Amino acid sequence: MFGYYLHLAFRNLRRNPGLTALMIGAVALGIAVCVMTLTMYRAMSGNPIWWKNDVLYAVTLDAWDPKEPYNEDKPELAPWQLTYRDATALMESDIPKRKLIMHKAIGVLALDGQTVKPERALTRVTTKDFFTMFDVPFQYGGGWTDAADKGPEPVLVLSKKMNDKFFRGENSVGRRIHWDDREFRVVGVLDHWLPLPTFYDVNNGALEEPEDVYIPFGWSVPLELDSAGNTQGWKPEDIETYQEFLASETIWLQMWVELPDAASQQRFQAFIDNYASRQKQAGRFQRPLNNRLTKVDQWLIDNEVVENDDRVLVGLAFAFLAVCLLNTVGLLLAKFLNNAAITGVRRALGASRRQVFFQHLVEVGVISSIGAVLGLAIGGLLLMGLRALYAIDPTDAGGTQALAHVDLTSVVTALALAFFATIAAGLYPAWRIGRIPPAIYLKAQ
Amino acid sequence: MLEMHGISKIYRTDLIETHALRDFSLKVGDGEFVAVTGPSGSGKTTFMNLAGLLETFDTGTYRLDGEDVSRLSDEQRSKLRNEKIGFIFQSFNLIPDLDIFDNVDVPLRYRRLGKKDREQRIRNALDVVGLSSRMHHMPSQLSGGQQQRASIARALAGDPRFLLADEPTGNVDSLMARQVMDLLEQINEMGTTVIMVTHDPELAHRAHRNVHIVDGQISDFKPYEPRDDVPAMDVAPAAVAMSPA
Repeated sequence: MFGYYLHLAFRNLRRNPGLTALMIGAVALGIAVCVMTLTMYRAMSGNPIWWKNDVLYAVTLDAWDPKEPYNEDKPELAPWQLTYRDATALMESDIPKRKLIMHKAIGVLALDGQTVKPERALTRVTTKDFFTMFDVPFQYGGGWTDAADKGPEPVLVLSKKMNDKFFRGENSVGRRIHWDDREFRVVGVLDHWLPLPTFYDVNNGALEEPEDVYIPFGWSVPLELDSAGNTQGWKPEDIETYQEFLASETIWLQMWVELPDAASQQRFQAFIDNYASRQKQAGRFQRPLNNRLTKVDQWLIDNEVVENDDRVLVGLAFAFLAVCLLNTVGLLLAKFLNNAAITGVRRALGASRRQVFFQHLVEVGVISSIGAVLGLAIGGLLLMGLRALYAIDPTDAGGTQALAHVDLTSVVTALALAFFATIAAGLYPAWRIGRIPPAIYLKAQ
Repeated sequence: MLEMHGISKIYRTDLIETHALRDFSLKVGDGEFVAVTGPSGSGKTTFMNLAGLLETFDTGTYRLDGEDVSRLSDEQRSKLRNEKIGFIFQSFNLIPDLDIFDNVDVPLRYRRLGKKDREQRIRNALDVVGLSSRMHHMPSQLSGGQQQRASIARALAGDPRFLLADEPTGNVDSLMARQVMDLLEQINEMGTTVIMVTHDPELAHRAHRNVHIVDGQISDFKPYEPRDDVPAMDVAPAAVAMSPA
């Protein structure tokens, strides 16, 4: 009977194209707004490395201005970046299973004597554990060694996108490429990797795409690299040279550690507390000690990646969907009741209430399916519009461009949402039409 | 056999109660052709709706082919309606956006018959009513008489035991009315019990028996007597209509 009901559904939808378009449009609009809002919310609120939430920690120390806190809205929080001297000192600890310090930089990638145009590339300057700590997938090769960090050795890891551009997606491990006029050897190529939000560095917003290139942190000093993220200081300092910059109270480095159990966590907490105390005795760290090891989920909250406004927006989107569905219920009722005479004939010819109910439910299902597909398409367009609206620098691969990635989970969620919501909305009209006594229409038709 | 005993049907609104049928009793035997007559509002259509299991009644008993229908669920009533009853309506009630073939197909779909079986039944039914050449016409492309013949084909396709016709000639001209009546007689001669509501005394006279309803009660009836011009049937329609108390 399903095939017959489906045949009738399409026939009935064609009978009232205007009404059909209104219903599908209402469902599609509601779904589109929900898809867009949910995608944004999911991109901003998810913990993309939830499986390591209990072992990964952001390390922060409070060496800020003794007269005022780093964040006046949240005075209990320490600055979320470290000075070079503090970061490198903490890296001396062998308590963490893995540890890293890093910053963002910008370089230009180019090939020798090739026709591929050079490309400005966001670069993460980091220590070797970045890839293993954050479970970064590789398409070819892998990360670098401790020796490469210390050397430093001219090695780098490319994103899949850059490898596709410069090496046409081939295995480029061992190949040479220039990064800011210096020749590097490719040791690894990342597979598709899009942790949203980009928890490990919320410098320029949490919707940045991961960087295009990764080079050893050891290159920071010899190349005198500046941070392409935030660089902040709280006291006037005469900084003329790079060495003076490194020795200053300027914060610009992020530090993460992997502590596999409570014991190591306590030991490392004691280690940074001792370090801060020693610094305090030496005249630094004039604020009350506030040394923090923060898990990823708390880190996202502290940095206001998810704000109350976002939750309200999701609520409003669902309220809008509810309004659209209520309108659809009204339209469905009008449509079904308009055809009540035909339903009366069908009842007289042997259709039971249950069969009438399912026939109309299939029609609702067709409307919901078409509405869902259309809603997904409109949602995609809205996201593209948002991307265009917020893209400050069109050459910037990061920023809100990540919003354009509606992944499979979002698609499945949207389809399920559309289907079940519309079916739920259609239950009453489909039930109602089956309850109408057929006799009253048979004489009057 | 259709057997109603002491049936009452009251339509209620907030303000009034209308007694459509009062203590209504009637037996219709297998193979009978019964004409139901009466003034407007007398309860003829209510009787047809109850007989066709389209409505429920308030008191009394109704047995269709020996089965007490008052205790059946909607599902069971629908199945019984689909398998044993064929309807012919005054206004034809063809579904306007289905062609004649698909209209005749409707009751067969609900019986879940196979495609070949359905097609065969549809073609046979359209053959009987002389509409084989119009099977892919839409209802709006047919005359009133043709539409009524199509609705008769739809009723016949399911091979029903009972054919309930509510003013089947009410919307066609006199010539076409006679043709429709001829068709109903043919169908009755093939063994199908026909119950027909009509205002037309001439058509009523052609039935085996007349039942006259006034104010929801049978006021007169003519016992069934086999006609000389009708061939003998296998069934023995010993119908007895009971006067209401």
